[in-house]
Amino acid sequence: MEFGYDFWLFVVRWLHVLSGVMWIGLLWYFNFVQTPTVPTIPEDLRPAIPKHIMPVALFWFRWAAVSTVVWGLILAWMNGYLAPSLAIGLTDNVAKHAMIGIGMWMGLIMAFNVWFIIWPNQQKVIGLVEASAEEKPKAARAAALASRTNTMLSIPMLYAMVSAQNLY
Amino acid sequence: MVNPLDSLTGTVVLGLVITVVMVLFVNAIGA
Repeated sequence: MEFGYDFWLFVVRWLHVLSGVMWIGLLWYFNFVQTPTVPTIPEDLRPAIPKHIMPVALFWFRWAAVSTVVWGLILAWMNGYLAPSLAIGLTDNVAKHAMIGIGMWMGLIMAFNVWFIIWPNQQKVIGLVEASAEEKPKAARAAALASRTNTMLSIPMLYAMVSAQNLY
Repeated sequence: MVNPLDSLTGTVVLGLVITVVMVLFVNAIGA
């Protein structure tokens, strides 16, 4: 094995995938496991979720989002297709750049949702930031919709990422 | 009006629909 450019390209891709699994894994845990299960948990046990589970899960969730985006942008730059991908292939008509570019923009929108909609609103819901009784349900709704939007986008985003690598 | 994002099934179906539209779009663009 040689430790040349291709090796470091692989290392960056590996870090990108590791971070992405952490991010989307936690996103799917929230949407496929936690949210549907909370109503079935006995009332006296429910506070464990906002007090103990959510702060830790949200820490790894939001920083994994940053790590995924940073390693992904470095990877696209190292591959030499950062600019044409951000232009979703419209500047060079290359299908691979269109596909990876759409995936990149979906990932960027999802990371924006994590940091500027889900995290600020979840802080109100789990009590890390002061919020009135009126504000809390609104914050919970905003966070839930952004989280569902990200779950929806994760499906085409992952198709774009994997197919750009394997089909185009 | 019902918001499809209120259900997990609606969320996944919307994700799959967007995937199909995306593939058609990329095939239309690309060489």
